[in-house]
Amino acid sequence: MARMKFLCDADRCIECNACVTACKNEHDVPWGINRRRVVTINDGKPGERSVSMACMHCTDAPCAAVCPVDCFYTTADAVVLHSKDLCIGCGYCFYACPFGAPQYPRVGNFGSRGKMDKCTFCAAGPEPDSTEIEYAKYGANRLAEGKLPLCAEMCSTKSLLAGDGEIIAAIYKERVTQRGYGSGAWGWQTAYRETVNV
Amino acid sequence: MRIWSLGRLISPAVAAFILALGLLVVPAGAQEGPSASNPTAEAVNEQQLLDELNKVQGRVTIPDRKAATLQQPQGREYQDFHEGVLPWIGTIAIVGMLLVLALFYFVRGRIRTQADESGARILRFNALERLAHWITATAFIVLAVTGLNFVFGKRLLMPLIGPEAFSTWSVWAKYAHDFGSWAFMAGVLLILVLWVWDNLPDRYDANWLKSAGGLFDRSNKTHPPAGRFNAGQKFIFWAVVLGGIALSVSGIFMLFPFYFTDVNGMQMAQYIHATVGVLMIAVIIAHIYIGTVGMEGAYDAMGSGTVDLNWAKEHHSAWVEEQQRKASGRVPPPHTAPEPAE
Repeated sequence: MARMKFLCDADRCIECNACVTACKNEHDVPWGINRRRVVTINDGKPGERSVSMACMHCTDAPCAAVCPVDCFYTTADAVVLHSKDLCIGCGYCFYACPFGAPQYPRVGNFGSRGKMDKCTFCAAGPEPDSTEIEYAKYGANRLAEGKLPLCAEMCSTKSLLAGDGEIIAAIYKERVTQRGYGSGAWGWQTAYRETVNV
Repeated sequence: MRIWSLGRLISPAVAAFILALGLLVVPAGAQEGPSASNPTAEAVNEQQLLDELNKVQGRVTIPDRKAATLQQPQGREYQDFHEGVLPWIGTIAIVGMLLVLALFYFVRGRIRTQADESGARILRFNALERLAHWITATAFIVLAVTGLNFVFGKRLLMPLIGPEAFSTWSVWAKYAHDFGSWAFMAGVLLILVLWVWDNLPDRYDANWLKSAGGLFDRSNKTHPPAGRFNAGQKFIFWAVVLGGIALSVSGIFMLFPFYFTDVNGMQMAQYIHATVGVLMIAVIIAHIYIGTVGMEGAYDAMGSGTVDLNWAKEHHSAWVEEQQRKASGRVPPPHTAPEPAE
């Protein structure tokens, strides 16, 4: 089985936000929720760099560990998913997530956040694959159709890579060797406790 | 006119020539090797940001400011605390306290009153004081049970009732915790105002502590004098007030997430809230023990509000003397109140 991962080649990201838009459209993500976002460091200054970030589907995922109702599960592809039926909207997963991935429909005073929503690696949730109820709660299930996440598929500069960790790491390594530079796999050390050695 | 049309013919040719020259020049430069130029060489790098700032932050084009934090590895520390340290602190504090109390009960037994009941009763806590105590106590028990559910529920209760029922219960537990907190905060404030004066250190405390309040004297004969509250009760008072304030402040941070702080501040609020919470539960278990099964006659003080005079003389001799002095020295006594001067 594949071990699914995201890798953002930050040397290629041009902050076009197409990944964000593709994600929002594909999953009909509600207003105010961003499963994926592009963060620009040193914006407008020399040395500016943009990185596209969503759920990294961590190894030993902190969100899953701290969840008080154990609503998370990891698929055979190592995608971290959760059940919105079990989620109580306590917000712990956001405090635990190193990447700010969990999102809530409301601000959340007095514990009124609502059910958590996050990137599913386009693998939706625990409901039967590609059903209406699954789409309504979690969005499209592209993995069930043999397709990879749309954000990476749509990426105009092929900065964002999604797929089996070993394959995307090999692609990235080849790129870095070809062009002679690379800023590394952002977030990998924290998420997977390993990085891409080039 | 003629010159102009000649220009129209020449300029495309010149442009084509320049373009061709350019195409020849560029690949020649690029062939120098892959490391010839790194357009992002000056740009920030992840490890350097993590080393210097402990997290990676930038700017986002959406209103959610939290989204601007690209990476906060402190989430892993929160995970370690929440799933490693906290359950252990909670287990050791609570189970440890229960074991100590059970041992105390079997070795020491119930603390008996020496003298028989006198039949006379003395008011120890008035209605307002009892109300303040029971508001705080009821709220605390609700908050303790629902709070422990966040840490131990999935380990102890979920295997018994299944994930769906446990989730439903946890939603209600969460709301009970979030809204019950206000009753607790009001109760702690009231307690502070009502009892702070009687809980300041006094001259009896050192002596009381020296003989441990007679707790370990199996003959029940050791009764160091004490004012309205002995040193042990003062400890409970200050634990509730200071612990309650710590719980209230950190709890308000969580009731209004991200209003006052960022994600690392939210984690800190949880560290404080959870640690103080489980320690206070252990302290309150001891308080409940000594106020009920642990000591004969103690419950009456907070139950009916009055205690037997002999009980009061044994446990709070200085307070009884003061009360009696006040009563006898009251001028004029209410039943002989003089008629207003005419």
